[in-house]
Amino acid sequence: MSTLPAIEGWFTGGQSPALLGSRCTSCGTVFFPRLTSFCRNPVCAGTDFDEVEMSRRGTVWSYTDARYQPPPPYLPRTDPYVPFALCAVELPEGIVVLGQVADGYGVDDLRVGAEVELVVEPLYSDETGERSIWRWKPVTELGEEADR
Amino acid sequence: MSHDVAVLGVGMHPWGKWGRPFVEYGVHAAREALRDADVDWAEVDLVVGGETIRNGYAGYVAGATFAQALGWNGARVATSYAACATGAQALDTARARILSGLSEVAVVVGADTTPKGFLAPNAGERWDDPDWLRFRLLGMTNPAYFALYARRRMDLYGATVEDFAAVKVKNAAAGLANPNARYRKAVSTDDVLSSAVVADPLHLLDICATSDGGAAVVLSSMEYARRHGIASPVRVRGISTVTPSFPQTVIEMPNFSTDSTATVPAPDLTFKESIAYAAYEEAGIGPEDVSLAEVYDLSTALELDWYEDIGLCKRGEAEQLLRAGDTSLGGRVPVNPSGGLACFGEAVPAQALAQVCEVAWQLRGQAEGRQVEGARVGITANQGLFGHGSSVLLSV
Repeated sequence: MSTLPAIEGWFTGGQSPALLGSRCTSCGTVFFPRLTSFCRNPVCAGTDFDEVEMSRRGTVWSYTDARYQPPPPYLPRTDPYVPFALCAVELPEGIVVLGQVADGYGVDDLRVGAEVELVVEPLYSDETGERSIWRWKPVTELGEEADR
Repeated sequence: MSHDVAVLGVGMHPWGKWGRPFVEYGVHAAREALRDADVDWAEVDLVVGGETIRNGYAGYVAGATFAQALGWNGARVATSYAACATGAQALDTARARILSGLSEVAVVVGADTTPKGFLAPNAGERWDDPDWLRFRLLGMTNPAYFALYARRRMDLYGATVEDFAAVKVKNAAAGLANPNARYRKAVSTDDVLSSAVVADPLHLLDICATSDGGAAVVLSSMEYARRHGIASPVRVRGISTVTPSFPQTVIEMPNFSTDSTATVPAPDLTFKESIAYAAYEEAGIGPEDVSLAEVYDLSTALELDWYEDIGLCKRGEAEQLLRAGDTSLGGRVPVNPSGGLACFGEAVPAQALAQVCEVAWQLRGQAEGRQVEGARVGITANQGLFGHGSSVLLSV
């Protein structure tokens, strides 16, 4: 059983995982999820994009949690259901990206403006193996993780 | 040139969980509106219907369904789909044909029969659909988005869960007298705070339900209204159906992200600010002239965002407005005198029209038990999934 990303091509793995975005080669605007067709900057006619790794750290725009099991197509990891936290994170690229919050952290560990870092963790398992997803992890002790 | 059109009549089917076909609610509302307008169905030369939807998926019904159910009369037909903004877009379509002289009197109608529980995507796997992916990859429900906005108010502006509860208490009190409201029961702060937390910091009673309901508006040219013997009808002064301006910087259902501000700076107005702004601009009326507002309180906290978005106060000051009682019945500018979504629950394709119905009753002085004294100008505001602005400005 191997771990595969829950969705192909949205993020990298390894020790320093990152979201995969695209940068318009004409105007430089960055998009996530990736854009590969037509640039959405209204004054840009660009159609070519470079794949870029997005910044791994950002600041919390806001946060919440899911106290009740979301409906399908959400796939629960456990029975009974265990709530998880969600967070919107502002990256240096000037973009806010949603994600679940890393295992073991909840809304009490977050505040608007706090720093978080991207990690990759298991989302669910099915007959083909474990599926992983990006998550946001609070950077609790500055310096401790900055060395990676 | 005047862009005014007349609201000759409004009508609703009471909101509830009736479990009957939505066409019945729509026809009931349309007949009520025609009766209110004293217009024969045979005279109506345009029907615009709002499509019923499920979390963004259109296609369950078109204007023709209502036209057939009302009895084929040969009227022109159009169908609108703009998620929660459907009613405003339908109204705008009718107005455009009326102002161009192509139609004279229109019935605009929306109705819905809703499923239980969270709104969820349709079945099937759609790996290129963000509305499906947000559930699969994140478990991100609609209330979770509302909760992000609520929490941001708390951390940035000092809002409290008691403030959010106070919005529910206020709207519940206003809706007590509304015969079309689904929930007509006084609610206390304790009721809200002792209800289950759905998505922190929002409790169950902070979040609006989904409801069955129907609403309709009879719209006509000013000339038709005069011929009909109505010298000074409630007038539609402005309708905003704006889309966002790039870059859209506020995270929004069903998206995973905002646009980036790295190369193009954020516009002066956020999308939600631009919605009401466009209606004010079209009408030549400012927020200082507004007597009352009907805004989309999908959550209690979202109502506070709207105070600022429609210009009733500066950013970060909504809690002060609420705490001072300015937005309660009897206050300076009552918001959601109908009881709002807190008392109705959402019937998506009907809701923006229901807002217009309430404003029309208020401006005619017929909002019994919840009347805003001396109401002259009313504004509605709402935002539809996928980038649909919705605001209607009416006056007498």
